[in-house]
Parts: sequence; C-alpha cells; structure tokens
Amino acid sequence: MRRNHQIPLGAIVKGLALTAGHFFRNMRIHVAHLFGRRLQEKGMVTFQYPEERRPFSPRLRTRHRLTMRADGSPRCVACMMCETICPANCIYITAGEHPDPHIEKQPLKFDIDLGVCVFCGFCVEVCPEDAIRMDTGILEFAAYSRQEMILTMDKLLMKEGAQEPDRALMKENA
Amino acid sequence: MTEIVITMGKIAFVLFCVFNLLYVLLWLERKQSAVMQDRIGANRADIFGLRAWGLFHPIADAIKMICKEDFMPAAADKFVYTAAPFLAVFFSLVGFAVIPFGDTLTLGGHTIHLQIADLNVGLLYVFAMLSLGVYGFILAGWASNNNFAFLGGMRAGSQMISYEITMGATVMGLVILFQTLSLNQMVQAQGEYFFGFIPKWGVLLQPLGFLLFLIAGIAETKRIPFDLPEGESEIIGYFVEYSGMKFGMFMMTDFIETILLSAMLTTLFFGGWQIPYLHADGFHLGGLRLAINPVLVSFLQVAAFGLKVFCFCWLLLLIRWTLPRFRYDQLMALGWKFMLPLSLLNLAITGLVVLL
Repeated sequence: MRRNHQIPLGAIVKGLALTAGHFFRNMRIHVAHLFGRRLQEKGMVTFQYPEERRPFSPRLRTRHRLTMRADGSPRCVACMMCETICPANCIYITAGEHPDPHIEKQPLKFDIDLGVCVFCGFCVEVCPEDAIRMDTGILEFAAYSRQEMILTMDKLLMKEGAQEPDRALMKENA
Repeated sequence: MTEIVITMGKIAFVLFCVFNLLYVLLWLERKQSAVMQDRIGANRADIFGLRAWGLFHPIADAIKMICKEDFMPAAADKFVYTAAPFLAVFFSLVGFAVIPFGDTLTLGGHTIHLQIADLNVGLLYVFAMLSLGVYGFILAGWASNNNFAFLGGMRAGSQMISYEITMGATVMGLVILFQTLSLNQMVQAQGEYFFGFIPKWGVLLQPLGFLLFLIAGIAETKRIPFDLPEGESEIIGYFVEYSGMKFGMFMMTDFIETILLSAMLTTLFFGGWQIPYLHADGFHLGGLRLAINPVLVSFLQVAAFGLKVFCFCWLLLLIRWTLPRFRYDQLMALGWKFMLPLSLLNLAITGLVVLL
C-alpha cells in the first residue's frame, strides 16, 4: 500500500529519454530532407494518405472488374455462378444470347451493388471463365446515394472514364 | 514624456514576443508531439495552397473559436462566468512585467533598462500574480454551476496551494545566495564566474532547487502530467461549460503560463539574458578580448534570453507529451511528502553553507 504512492522517477527519466530520442532522430531526418539528403529514410511511420498510398498486397481484394475478350466484349458467359454463390446477394445478371454460336450466352446487364458487397471474393473463386477479378486497386468508391453505389457493366469493364488498375503499385510489394 | 513612450514601447515589445511565442507554441504542440510519436502532424490548413508545415493551423483555431457560439449555462453567475477567463489571462500576462529580457540599452542618449518594471520585490510579485491566477480557474468552476467544473476548480486551488509552498521554499535558496528579490539583480549576479571561467548560473548553485522548481512550475501551469484540474478523460474540469473564445482564453492561459514558467526558469537558474563571457563592451575570456558594439551586445542578450526561453518551452512540451496524468493521491503525495521535505532540506543546506 505504501509503495503505491511512490512516483517512479527513474521510469519518468527513461520515458523522457525515449521520446526525446525519437524527436531528435526524426527531426534530423526531416531537416536532411529539406536539403534533399537521406531521402531513402523516413522520419515517420505514417503515410500522407491522399498524396501517398501504402503499397497494397497483391492478394488484396479491391473493387471488381470484368475481364474482356480481344474484341472488347466481356468474357462473362452469364453462367450465374457468381450470382448464386454471392453470400450478400449483390450481383444482378441478366443473361442474353451471344451472336457467336460457339459462345452460349453473354450478360446483357451485370450490376454489382457495392453498398451490399462484403468483398469475400467468392465470385472470383467460382468464375469458370476468369471473367471477374478483384485486382483494380481501387478502394475509394464512396458515393452520396445508394444508387451511385451500384456498378453497371460499363464501369466494371472499365471502358469509359474508368481508371486503369494500378498495376505498378501492386507489383511494388509483390 | 519620453519615459512613458519608452515604457509603452517595452510593454508592446514584450506582449508582441509573448503572443508570437504563444502562436509558435500552438503550432509546436502539434508538430513536436507528432515528431516524438513518429508522425507528421497537422499540415492541412493552407492559404492559397501554401501549407508552410501547418503553421496556419493556429489561425484556423482562432477563427473557429471566434466563430463558435458563446454558450452560457442558464444557472451560471453571469458576471463571474464572463470575468473568469479574463482574470486567468490577465494574471498570467502581468507576470512578464518584471522579467528582465536584457541589460541596459543606450539609444540616442537614453538609457533603457530592458525590463518593463524593475521592482525590488520582483520575485514576490511574480509569485503573487501566479497565485492570483488561480482565482480565474476557481471562479470559472464555481460560476459555471456545474459539479464537475466546481470539482475542477477546487482541484486547481488545492494543487496550486500544495505546489506553491515548494516553489516558494525552493526559490528562497536563491534569495539567500543572491541576497536580493529583484530579478534583474539576480541575473546580474549570475554574470560572475567560478574560478574565473565557469558561469555562476543558478542551476550550478542550486541543482536540486532547479529540479524542484521545474516540477512545481509544471504543476503550476496545470498541464499534463499535473492536469488534474482539467482531467479531460474524467471531469473535463473547470472550463467544461465554456465554449468559443472564452474557452480559448483558458487554453491561451496554459500556454502563456508555460512561457512565463520558461522565462522564470531562465531568469532564476539559467542566467537570464547573460551570455557567458559577453560583457557590455564585448567578449572577455582570460586574456582574450573582442570588442562588440553595445547595441549589438544588447541585441545578442535579448536573443539569448529568447532562445533559452524557447528551449525551456521545448522541454516542457516534451514532458507534457511523454508522461501520463498522476493520480490525485500521487499528486498530493509528490507535493507534500517528497517535494516539500526536499525543498526544505535544500533551503537548510543552502543556509548552512552561506552561514559557514
């Protein structure tokens, strides 16, 4: 009980030495950066997010995309495997006939509701045609309405105005 | 007439320096804590895209606080509630009146003492103002008519009483040694040397006194680890009912007291405006002499004082961002069972040595 009142002065001095050590080490790196020196070292462990991104793991599941054939049409054959296995029921496919007699079907509509998706990656695992992947590296898809959270096939094919997947970033850490 | 102009000029200069240092401290509080914790710190406030390492964040703070609603509880004592933050800021600012920030400066035939008022009881004056400052906090807690605010105010009062005794007893050692209560004479006494070359600074005369004064001083500023009156995770403290710029004034008081404490530490223990071997006519070291323009000497002295104060501000921020808050019984045990006996011992030894 009496020991309970003791102030750990030794530990206080040790703690101050630790924080001061971090301060001087980081300050030296920051000042060196101002003069363009020691650029390979970082004075902090944090990332300045919008400008500077953490490297992703190549296995990270990010926003979906639909892969394309050489002619630009979707590889998807509307087999409904992904829609069936989806635990969140967020994939909506409308199947239609494909003009090529060797290909049975094609999706007329392929919508994914990102507001519902749980990013489990089952759709990618189950796809027999390698038609859907989750490797775009896109993590920011916040929207102002639920309607905007629904991705249509155009966006999934990443044709119009969509970003190319950030391959360089993903290989960096591969 | 010129005397009044000179005094007004000195007051303006001191206030200018204090408020600018306050601004820098608001920035440093964010940045230093970040660098200590391997972060970058606030750097997003910009003016026309210019970020300047987050230097504009204090401006953003001020704009936010001035624009916020000025809330007053329905059951508060209107007059006291409004007066309390002004009292707190006022008493923390007037302490600077007796801090000497330089020796005499001779400009155009006028001899200017670089100190607003050279009171012969300067030390007692600073302590009196620091003690009166606590009224701002007690009154804030009482006038808010909120149990937690009241508790915070009472804590501020008891903490202030506990640590002021240690502070006073510690400084008495210096008073015995320097035989004066005037801060300027204390600084002048620290311009002498042991064996002709080691500066006779207060910290070398009273190392234990310096440590005790530092700890008691941090307790006086009511910042972590002695922020029991505030205790943001438990009672939020005496300013729980305050908003907008009135709260901002309490925040400013903390920083101004940090600056005042740094200035006091510099003045009492680190030679004030003294630069070792620099005298009114230039550098003296043994047989070495280097003549320097007296105006430049004054400038160097003021700069040295500012640098010392800034270093102490840095140290106080380092302590503030390293240690967790003490428990209340630890606070009282530290004050009464540890610091007070040590300060009395320090006083007794000093008295004995001077007497022999």
